[in-house]
Amino acid sequence: MTHLLAATRVEHYAAATGSFKLTWLLLVLPLLGATVLLLGGKRTEKWGHYFAIAMAGASFVIGVVLFFALKGRAGDSRAINEHLFSWIPVNGFQVDAGLLLDQLSSVFVLLITGVGTLIHVYSLGYMAHDPGRRRFFAYLNLFLASMLLLVLGNSFLSLYVGWEMVGLSSYLLIQFWVHKSPAATAANKAFFFNRIGDVGLSIAIMLMFATVGSTSFDKVFGAAAGGQLTKATLAGLGLLLLLGACGKSGQFPLQGWLPDAMEGPTPVSALIHAATMVTAGVYLIARAHPIFDGSQAARTVVVIIGVVTLLYGCIIGCAYDDIKKVFAYSTVSQIGYMFLAVGLGPAGYALGILHLLAHGFFKAGLFLGAGSVMHAMGDTVDARRFGGLWKVMPITWVCTGLGYLAIIGCPPFSGFWTKDKIIEVAFDKGGTSGALLGTAALLGAGLTAFYMTRIFVMTFHGEKRWRPDFHPHESQRTMTVPMIILAVGSAFAGGLLVFGASLQNWLEPVVGKSAEEGVHTISPVVLTLLTLLVVAGGVAGGYFRYQLRPVAVLAPSQVTPLTRAARANLYTDAANEAIFMRPGQWLTRMLVFADNNGIDGAVRALAAGIGGLSGRLRRTQTGFVRSYALSMLGGAVVIAGALLLVRIG
Amino acid sequence: MPWLTILLIIPAVGSLFVALIPKTNPHLAKQTALFVSLVELALTIAMIIDFDNKKTGYQFFQRYDWIKAFGVHYEVGVDGIALVLIGLAALLVPVVLIASWNEVDDLAMTGRRSVRGYFSLILALQTGMVGVFASLDVFLFYVFFEAILIPMYFIIGSYGGPQRAYASVKFLLYSLFGGLIMLAAVIGLFVVSTKHGSGTFDFVTLRGMPISDGVEKLLFLGFFLAFAIKAPLFPFHTWLPDAGAEAPIGGAVLLVGVLDKIGTFGLIRYCIPLFPDASRYFAPLVLALAVVGIFYGALLAIGQRDMKRLVSYTSLAHFGFIALGTYALTTQGGTGAVLYMVNHGLSTGALFLCVGFLIARRGTRDVDGYRGMFQVTPKLGGVMLIAGLSALSLPGLSTFVSEFLVLVGTFTRYRALAIVATVGIVLSSIYVLYLIQRTLTGPRPAWATVGGEGPAPFHGDEGDLAYAAAPAELGVAAGVHGPGDPDLSMPEPVTPGGVRRRGAVRDLSLREAIAIAPLLGLIVVFGVYPKPILDIIRPAVTATLQDIQHPAGDPVPTAVLTGAHK
Repeated sequence: MTHLLAATRVEHYAAATGSFKLTWLLLVLPLLGATVLLLGGKRTEKWGHYFAIAMAGASFVIGVVLFFALKGRAGDSRAINEHLFSWIPVNGFQVDAGLLLDQLSSVFVLLITGVGTLIHVYSLGYMAHDPGRRRFFAYLNLFLASMLLLVLGNSFLSLYVGWEMVGLSSYLLIQFWVHKSPAATAANKAFFFNRIGDVGLSIAIMLMFATVGSTSFDKVFGAAAGGQLTKATLAGLGLLLLLGACGKSGQFPLQGWLPDAMEGPTPVSALIHAATMVTAGVYLIARAHPIFDGSQAARTVVVIIGVVTLLYGCIIGCAYDDIKKVFAYSTVSQIGYMFLAVGLGPAGYALGILHLLAHGFFKAGLFLGAGSVMHAMGDTVDARRFGGLWKVMPITWVCTGLGYLAIIGCPPFSGFWTKDKIIEVAFDKGGTSGALLGTAALLGAGLTAFYMTRIFVMTFHGEKRWRPDFHPHESQRTMTVPMIILAVGSAFAGGLLVFGASLQNWLEPVVGKSAEEGVHTISPVVLTLLTLLVVAGGVAGGYFRYQLRPVAVLAPSQVTPLTRAARANLYTDAANEAIFMRPGQWLTRMLVFADNNGIDGAVRALAAGIGGLSGRLRRTQTGFVRSYALSMLGGAVVIAGALLLVRIG
Repeated sequence: MPWLTILLIIPAVGSLFVALIPKTNPHLAKQTALFVSLVELALTIAMIIDFDNKKTGYQFFQRYDWIKAFGVHYEVGVDGIALVLIGLAALLVPVVLIASWNEVDDLAMTGRRSVRGYFSLILALQTGMVGVFASLDVFLFYVFFEAILIPMYFIIGSYGGPQRAYASVKFLLYSLFGGLIMLAAVIGLFVVSTKHGSGTFDFVTLRGMPISDGVEKLLFLGFFLAFAIKAPLFPFHTWLPDAGAEAPIGGAVLLVGVLDKIGTFGLIRYCIPLFPDASRYFAPLVLALAVVGIFYGALLAIGQRDMKRLVSYTSLAHFGFIALGTYALTTQGGTGAVLYMVNHGLSTGALFLCVGFLIARRGTRDVDGYRGMFQVTPKLGGVMLIAGLSALSLPGLSTFVSEFLVLVGTFTRYRALAIVATVGIVLSSIYVLYLIQRTLTGPRPAWATVGGEGPAPFHGDEGDLAYAAAPAELGVAAGVHGPGDPDLSMPEPVTPGGVRRRGAVRDLSLREAIAIAPLLGLIVVFGVYPKPILDIIRPAVTATLQDIQHPAGDPVPTAVLTGAHK
């Protein structure tokens, strides 16, 4: 009975009317921006970047309008389906192009367009002197459009289009400076890793069609919630979707591309890590929750991957001196938290999204802060060359500081509210697994506090360690204003969203009811105090080690094996290379050799053996047409003969 | 309107006419050829508009007795499958003519080859292409199938790269071999038909004719082998990289874009309806070859240094997808496969053109001779990137629609195969992006500095891929070029008609842009809104598969089945 109710609930999306008919504008405007800038060429150099910002901003305004329109509707009719056109109709396989605006996607729309627009504005200053500025803004707009399609698509196939276009956008932006060879390598790596994940997602979509006969959310979720799919199918779907999510969100074992993606300009990093791209995996799992609800096995794997990645990111984050790399690994780890949350099932879906939104603010803020520092320091990223910057860059210091306080979970800033909740539900899972997950999440919080303190202190405090010919200065207004807005968001967004469980209530019709009060393994107050204690320990560790003792300008080489391993990304890249890349190269070389000498050689030898091909070739050079005519004639004779035989017979 | 006969005659007459234009006036030959191809394109578009996709059966049908005694007819007509392929050919011919406007000028300067010859051959090729797709008489089909080899042989052999002689003969021998086997099968088919009344080659009559089991399998193999060589499928592919690499760019586009489609077209048009039982029997074999081809072609493409060979090998992988969709025997797979044929022509055609544009600027096929072309020719780089993305089937582009239909259509019947084939999308991203990385990204190359002396011909590390390479390398072709026989396709650093005349390397020219724009435009349009073309293809595929699917039809979603049991 509950299954039936669930089925009817998700199967009814209201048709778009009134202002909701304009949902498509959300993604078409930035797409238009990208098209105009790319096709317009040099003619748009003068005003193109403003146009791109206008498109992003307009999309945000529409997003806000639609959000409030949605809010004005009754709680159970907030899922609006906008049918656009019939996309791929082949008999039983009918896919429509359509958009679904509901509580979940509207929240993402606000995050993507809001933070996205701020990053656009920031880039105005950051990319002011770059000769490729027009192209940069075009790609930014394309990125927004792709991500909006990803979250707004009303079927898995529409989502997949956005999904891969996000991959394309990141590819273009990571190698934005095409003259840099490492950038091209990093971009390729990102695309390949993403494609591996995409294999999972596309097989999942095929499996949906083979079992449900459709790829649209309502049909698939209806079947999943209605008990029409076997356990094995649900588990298979869950794991395949997870593979896709891992690729896009940089989760273990497909995390390798994310830190390398730092080759792109810093605003791109902010965009990838906060508003778009890496959040897609979390979105996918939350969106496909009826599938994960039906499969404990799939959820368990999600949780395990979340925890492994969470610790993996923290450990490596402690070892790097490159400010962007540290932030990148902190993303890997924070997304791990979100995976952990959504893997816990209905208790955690909303919490995962909650942390995602909070993270969107503080991570964008942190990256823009890092960009501001790099801008001032001639694109240096080595924090050992920074130090004492708080005096010369007060705004950047304060803004980045707020982001720092938010990510380590210092009350009353964002992370405190959202991360605490995840640790809480992990413990609430109960049993050994709950204790293990909770402890890992707790440990991660401590490590996060340590490495973030380390990098923050190395950058802004302590001795000046930069070269005397650098004259760092505060960045211009177009860069600081977005930073300030994001800093305010970092500070308060988490608290606001948690206050009165507003976000959880908003999302409840989509993802189900989140953690119920009252069934706690450990009392929330005790747990909060414990978490704060661990965080304080991490901060103290970072403070004593990097504030009170001098920081060497060159990274020490006499280090523990763990540090060495962490500096080598825990040997994951080496493993990829040894297991896939080298054997792959060997295989292609071998095949090329075999194809030239084996298959082709065999054919040639055969021909030479029979008729002396090479000799004949020489002769045919002069008279080949004749022999061709002869063979045609021969063929005709054969036909005629055969026909005659038949006649006679 | 007898559209098909008109479309057959126009390029044939045009070809003759162009061949008769005096050698001294190459420009007139070019213009005439282009004009003829544009008329052909306009008429083809008119025919497509006239085509009624609600009607079943063959349209614009015409039948006249040809050799009455043997039941040979001049019989033409099209269904949706043939229609889109004729449309593809009609589009690609003017594109190729514009793109290779100056390609053979250097050759013609030597006086041994003529411009009019090249343009006349391409028009002759077009007649053959229309004929192959429009034939409804198996014998007529065979005649066009063989006749089309001749112009292509001359295009490769006379206007190709340094090893053109070797490549063209190899192409011809392979095709002739396949053709002869098919001829035997065609005759066999006739023999069988004599047992059911008067003997005939009429496809409409032959279709659905009962054939005894063993004979059906033999005849199937005869047709299949010819098509598998033509397409080509693994392991019958070794002529393709040579032909694709040595053919002039225009020839390569038509070879891979249209001529190879005759093989895949034959699989769905002839093999399945004529031999339904044998098709079912051999389906696992075809599917296995298809999947092996997907991986084999992709891996070899990754390993190539010669850009034209690289693109040829990607086609091998794509033909694997087409064969997979065709022999999955579902309407999704079949429709995807036919759309794939069209898309492959557009996308590989575009990629070949881009590679050709690069070669025109640098004079080598070796990928290592480039690097950093984004810095030198940003527009060409962007265009090549889009062509590459369509080759890796990026969603939003039409290639994705066809590839996904093939995969999903296969999945409903052969899950394991579809899953394995899907891994191929990782490999396709590798060969495309690796090519992009090696040619387009990186620092600005020293040879292309503005105000410099212009590009010198490239001699690679080993020199084996540069045009200047010795043609004798493969041994077989030794003796092709006697002493005093200049290597005609070796580009001079400064040529009269080419883009290299100016000091610095030029970005995409207007002519090049006009040539490639329609291809990329259609790739985007059909990616976003493929419904019009699917509506043409789908009914034809559904009708083709009707007999062989009987009585099962497409597999039914499993969840619905369990739901029904409850």
